[in-house]
Amino acid sequence: MNNTSTRSKEWIVFGVLGALLLVAAPLLLSGFQLNLLGKFLAFAILALGMDLIWGYTGMLSLGHGVFFGLGAYAMAMHLKLAVGNAGNFGTDLPDFMFWNGITELPWFWQPFHNFGFTALMVFVIPGLLAFLLGLLTFRNRIKGVYFALLTQALAIVFVTLFIGQQGYTGGTNGITDFRTILGFDLNSEATQKGLYVATALCLGASYLLCRWITKSGFGKVLAAIRDDEVRVRFAGYDPSAFKVLVFTLSGCLAGLAGALFVPQVGIVSPSMMGIVPSIEMVIWVAVGGRGTLVGAVLGAVLVNGAKSFLSESFPDFWLYLQGALFLGVVLFLPNGIVGLFQQVLNKKTELEPSEVPMVSEEGIAK
Amino acid sequence: MTDLITQIFNGLSTGSILLLAALGLAITFGLMGVINMAHGELLMVGAYTTFVCQNLFATYLPAYQDWSFIFALPLAFLVAGLVGLFLETTVIRFLYGRPLETLLATWGVSLILQQAFRNIFGANNVDVQSPAWLEGGLRIGEDLQFPYRRLFIILLAALCVAGTYWFLNYSSWGLRIRAVTQNREMSACLGVATRKVDAYTFAFGSGLAGIAGCAISLLGSVGPSSGLNYIVDAFMVVITGGVGKIFGAVAGGFAIGQIKTTLEVLTSSSLSTALVFSLVILFLQFRPSGLFPQKGRGVDS
Repeated sequence: MNNTSTRSKEWIVFGVLGALLLVAAPLLLSGFQLNLLGKFLAFAILALGMDLIWGYTGMLSLGHGVFFGLGAYAMAMHLKLAVGNAGNFGTDLPDFMFWNGITELPWFWQPFHNFGFTALMVFVIPGLLAFLLGLLTFRNRIKGVYFALLTQALAIVFVTLFIGQQGYTGGTNGITDFRTILGFDLNSEATQKGLYVATALCLGASYLLCRWITKSGFGKVLAAIRDDEVRVRFAGYDPSAFKVLVFTLSGCLAGLAGALFVPQVGIVSPSMMGIVPSIEMVIWVAVGGRGTLVGAVLGAVLVNGAKSFLSESFPDFWLYLQGALFLGVVLFLPNGIVGLFQQVLNKKTELEPSEVPMVSEEGIAK
Repeated sequence: MTDLITQIFNGLSTGSILLLAALGLAITFGLMGVINMAHGELLMVGAYTTFVCQNLFATYLPAYQDWSFIFALPLAFLVAGLVGLFLETTVIRFLYGRPLETLLATWGVSLILQQAFRNIFGANNVDVQSPAWLEGGLRIGEDLQFPYRRLFIILLAALCVAGTYWFLNYSSWGLRIRAVTQNREMSACLGVATRKVDAYTFAFGSGLAGIAGCAISLLGSVGPSSGLNYIVDAFMVVITGGVGKIFGAVAGGFAIGQIKTTLEVLTSSSLSTALVFSLVILFLQFRPSGLFPQKGRGVDS
């Protein structure tokens, strides 16, 4: 009985939030603010994927910027090709290739003319990379810290590769100066509004997907792996298969986030996939509250909101604050804002036991 | 033949830098299980100490300026060690046994330190003048030359490893450190002050980072965020070598250094970075716990 009422309550909250994001925000916010919010919502999609592997399965990835970047680059390649010869330099090739003396469009750029192919690659490329890395590490029971450090190395590998292969990737400057998406002008407010709505819808869909996963039997195994992997193995499950699968899914979500990010921001560069942005993605989830999907979304929006507000007004102060945020969350708020909220709520009423699994320190620490 | 020797020497030199950077980590990560992401900034503490030391000598003792570097080495050890001690007592000690948490918390520390460097020393890189007695190089035969600077770094790395080995295996503090890392409860029962040992071990590892920072400052200018360039490499060295063994770090450092410089010649600098990390991942397929794994009987180990 209680269960159904909380469930219907949850749906109401979901509906209200959806209406707020889809109807109220486009009407009330200025174009600039809406654009920012759209960016944050794209980050929130990534945060959901991060929460799946960190909050629910206990694997810390410090390389999610790579998956985000691969999705972003896939979309950027399509947008760049859509410019055609209307760019500032009037060449048929993307402008940076022209500067780098490349005369013919490389073969792996060719299929990105097609939007359908691009949309597929946004998931396939990051997903495939995550699958391969997951297979190589989890099958050998490389876990915990080692996994985290390997994913961090992955971020370095990709940043150096993307900077090094300037002719194919645009190097340090990345790819920018896009004009249209599917024929719509990217500079017009209506297109940006449309992209915002698309992002909000994708976030909603991703949330529902993650919610379905975490509530299912699959999600229970994930939580079991987080809490005691050896025991899961002795119970007859193969943890590595579960881990590979959820890591791949997380990579796909990050790719989607990147693809939604690019047309709204208008640029992609290697600096968005390095070590620093990757570890920032972890802190979104940590601040919001790992192990809860709401926390991941909330954290991504709040931290990025604070960042864009503070780093503009007090750029020096922001790094100190960000450092303090890392320290503070780890030392004082291990379950994030949502955890704090639940604690306060539980103390006051002592009625509803939290449905959200509390993250056991031991499980995460392994 | 000369090319080959030069190549091996370059690998040795790169390897000793990696080893110096990783030696402190081999202690804080290998023995204590703390992922110190601020290790790169501790290197920078050492580098900036050298810089300050040089400026002080230039102002007050211009006649002895060449010896400022020798003076800077123990000072860097001390300063970085003190920063490490402070870090341990304020942050790390609440997080033992939770490595991923230490990773995030120390990342926060590294951001704060980076910004502090920026505010104190400015956002631009600073240059440390290498002393006159390290200019030039050792000439052997017609076209073989080993720069003194590189030879000095190799020597420094060797001394640090020997010192650390002696400290851990033959000093009474080393005995306590090994006892605590092997069995904390039992050591406490036998009267070892485990809290103190933890703090000093971490400070020692951090001090080694300071010395590494001195060496790094010889090779080029250093800036507030230079530490980031070394941190991942250093962790890869420790992982490749095997956690918990000093000689793992030595083997890992020289192996990665040699492979990296060879690949740099064969391909390009950016490609060699990518290849080295790919090789590390591949290597871990066959030896998941590195070159010198610690023996254990647990289900997990």
